[in-house]
Amino acid sequence: MTAPAQAPAGQNRALRGRRTPVLVLVGIAVVAFGVSAALCYGAGIGGWVLTIVIGLILYLVGVFVAVGRVEGRRAARNRVWGTLIQLAFVLALLPLVSVIWTLISKGTERFDLNFFTTSMNNIGARDPEGGAVHAIIGTLEQVGIAALITIPLGVLAAIYIVEYGRGRFTFTIRFFVDVMTGIPSIIAGLFVLSFWVLIVSPWYNNGQPAFSGFAAALALSVLMLPTIVRSTEEMLRLVPAPLREGSYALGVPKWKTILKVVVPTALPGIVTGIMLAIARAAGETAPVLLVAGGSAALNINPFNNNQTSLSLFVFQQASDASRFSPARAWTAALTLVALVLILTIAAKLVAGRNRIRR
Amino acid sequence: MVNPDSPPDGGQVGGGWLPRRKGFGAERAFSTVTLLAGAMVLVIIVAITVFLIAKAIPALRANDANFITETEWFPNQSPPTFGIAALAWGTLVSSVIALVVAVPIALGIALYLSHYAYERIATAFGFLIDLLAAVPSVVFGLWGFTVFIEPVRTFSVWLNKYFGWLPFFGGDGPFGRSFMLGGLVLAIMVLPIITALSREVFMQTPTANEEAALSLGATRWEMIRTAVLPYGRPGVVAAVMLGLGRALGETIALALTLGFINEVTLNIIENGGNSIAANIANGFGEADDIGRGALIASGLVLFAITLVVNMAARAVIYRRRDFKESAA
Amino acid sequence: MAKRVEASGVTAYYGAFKAIDDINLIVDPKTVTAIIGPSGCGKSTFLRSINRLHEVLPGARVEGKLTIDDENIYEKDVDVTAVRRMIGMVFQRPNPFPTMSIFDNVVAGLKLNGMRRKSMLQEAAEKALRSANLWDEVKDRLNKPGAGLSGGQQQRLCIARTIAVEPQVVLMDEPCSALDPISTLAIEDLMFKLKDRFTIIIVTHNMQQAARVSDRTAFFSIERTGDPGRLIEYDSTQKIFNSPSQKKTEDYITGRFG
Repeated sequence: MTAPAQAPAGQNRALRGRRTPVLVLVGIAVVAFGVSAALCYGAGIGGWVLTIVIGLILYLVGVFVAVGRVEGRRAARNRVWGTLIQLAFVLALLPLVSVIWTLISKGTERFDLNFFTTSMNNIGARDPEGGAVHAIIGTLEQVGIAALITIPLGVLAAIYIVEYGRGRFTFTIRFFVDVMTGIPSIIAGLFVLSFWVLIVSPWYNNGQPAFSGFAAALALSVLMLPTIVRSTEEMLRLVPAPLREGSYALGVPKWKTILKVVVPTALPGIVTGIMLAIARAAGETAPVLLVAGGSAALNINPFNNNQTSLSLFVFQQASDASRFSPARAWTAALTLVALVLILTIAAKLVAGRNRIRR
Repeated sequence: MVNPDSPPDGGQVGGGWLPRRKGFGAERAFSTVTLLAGAMVLVIIVAITVFLIAKAIPALRANDANFITETEWFPNQSPPTFGIAALAWGTLVSSVIALVVAVPIALGIALYLSHYAYERIATAFGFLIDLLAAVPSVVFGLWGFTVFIEPVRTFSVWLNKYFGWLPFFGGDGPFGRSFMLGGLVLAIMVLPIITALSREVFMQTPTANEEAALSLGATRWEMIRTAVLPYGRPGVVAAVMLGLGRALGETIALALTLGFINEVTLNIIENGGNSIAANIANGFGEADDIGRGALIASGLVLFAITLVVNMAARAVIYRRRDFKESAA
Repeated sequence: MAKRVEASGVTAYYGAFKAIDDINLIVDPKTVTAIIGPSGCGKSTFLRSINRLHEVLPGARVEGKLTIDDENIYEKDVDVTAVRRMIGMVFQRPNPFPTMSIFDNVVAGLKLNGMRRKSMLQEAAEKALRSANLWDEVKDRLNKPGAGLSGGQQQRLCIARTIAVEPQVVLMDEPCSALDPISTLAIEDLMFKLKDRFTIIIVTHNMQQAARVSDRTAFFSIERTGDPGRLIEYDSTQKIFNSPSQKKTEDYITGRFG
């Protein structure tokens, strides 16, 4: 008979684990970081970052040995892995905190009235003023038009797929919608550039290709449409069949059932999906870069003449050589992030009211 | 798909009290509208694909070099000479760096949130991760090349000093906008997606299996290794692939952090690096017809790659969903 | 190998809610003890406090003394995982590890304990599967996934997994409630066989099963909803089912209550 991995006579003692005293762990940490610091600064091979890295490695080794002695190999491995996992968490916090900190510290520099009421019109490389009002208007208009196009189209298409569709045709639609959810945003931009800007727009622009806010809206629509169709479809599918059947049983026609029973039930989820799509579109830079032209002056007509957007503004200011540009870039970035976060948080709050659980 | 409006056998009961179906009423109107919407979505998608291919072909025909193996990108020359070798390489390298850095950390965070942290902290940070996923890429690009570039430069210099004998870290510098910088920024961007999905998967491990492991006397890590990780493997693979899909298609963050030198090299810390998407962002302005066609061609290649990756990820998720439902 | 389990004043909480109050009983080695009672009276909670699985839930804790062969497992410096290695548990729904083969499932506990040698593992697996009356049915497909077996077979696989590590005490939490009658009988036969080597404590809501398999029976009950569960009577199975001393026990046995 094979003996289990326990001392037969001292079985009772095997129950009693000893816990490694916290002091020992602290001691190991002190020694580890001390040795590491001596190594790094003494031998001059690195700075405080390397000290921390080597210190951590030494600490983990030390803990493994110490805990292994006191509590056993398995407990030691458990402790080391637990520490590593917590370290991953801390490590990920670092860049996140840095981004937030930079956004707030550098972004508030130009967070003034001037920034939100002027554009970059007539602002030269040596001028510290200048703002993003034209960019903000641009984003609002472009995303707004894109939403106006994609919401009805997307929701109705999703209704068709879920409530009416069957067979090959529906399968094909779903397949291609799936394909399109993965399209890189720059490809959408390329398409609108080649098609709308270069082929269609000369017709109404005296033979000259025209960049416009509307073109950007089209590109954003290409990106938003599949997402809205997908998420609406999912939400509609979650509405339980008995709900529909109850309405039919009362003699209510199908189209009324959809509009008055199904869609209202799924509405919080649908609205969430739409808001997330809008938040994503507001942050897109690549398509706008390609087809909106990027103007410096305020242009409230999205159908005529160049426009810019908030995200494109950040990109332009980031690439600009003027020493006043970084401040503008960061303030615009802060505004953009605030806008996107507000939309995302609002979307999550709406989702919280969802009466259907997955 | 019950249609409650069609009479069972199309008949009409004699006598006439049973209302007849209207020829063209609200029902037909509505269903037609939705059908048109569905058809329109399909048409748009197909039109885009066809159009892009049509635009790419003339450029490919005019190309003097092999599209796949050529590293230079001079479509405006005559004759045009362009190829995606360096660009595809750059897309691949930056994505690989991103995944190599992001995946272990993402899994660590996911495990921490699902099996180590107190519930309140886990919910709060789960929420934070979702918000992080919503931050636009241009912000990360901006941060990358203003704030992050210095630490990365220091790191690259250190790597070059002590590990310069490796082909990845060799060269004489300068070490600024490089694959290292772009890849690391990309890592931070795909981290939320991989974390959020992996965490969901880990939380779905059946409690019964976790308890079985614990009751065999497993430590917490052993329980994770026995019950959580094997169960979650397909989901994690799908999460990583979706993260890869995002990394491959990323444009702006790379346009701000890469150095724009077209060459196929293993060196990731020297100034340089280019990707298909960043190249398009950079070059569309000066491109003529052939130039644009060339960019479109490269874009289609990128699209095909991201398509394959996303479909594979989705296949894994769907297979897991069926398996889970049948096992329940 | 089998050990004696003694509970003194065991009280368990879920946060502020007291689930069981002041449980005192002694289980002799190499016996089968059944715990019966109406739903919600803390039977499973008590069982889980024996292998310290109860405290895994956030906010849950146990007070009192629980000794295995005179060692109190709730003392401050006790290693919880060592306790759990000594006590095996079979759950209500069979829960083989879905990604592992039959063989890997059976030896999962052994591998965790550090056993590496293929030959030793195979020996142990065969022994455990034979003890669980499953060997003949699976000996030709040890590499197939554990989840591919029928419900009754899966439960016997879980039992094999539990006894492969040679625990001192085996706990069973309604092991047959998810199984068909034939599989149930198979597992009850198994309990008779295992009694020679282990101390078995089984929670069941099936009184006939308790009467069939156990040497002693403990009856738990609660006064009102929200009250903690208490041990009402604990005696030889014969006595409990034929001439119980407490009226509450008699009411439950005869079906007047619960």
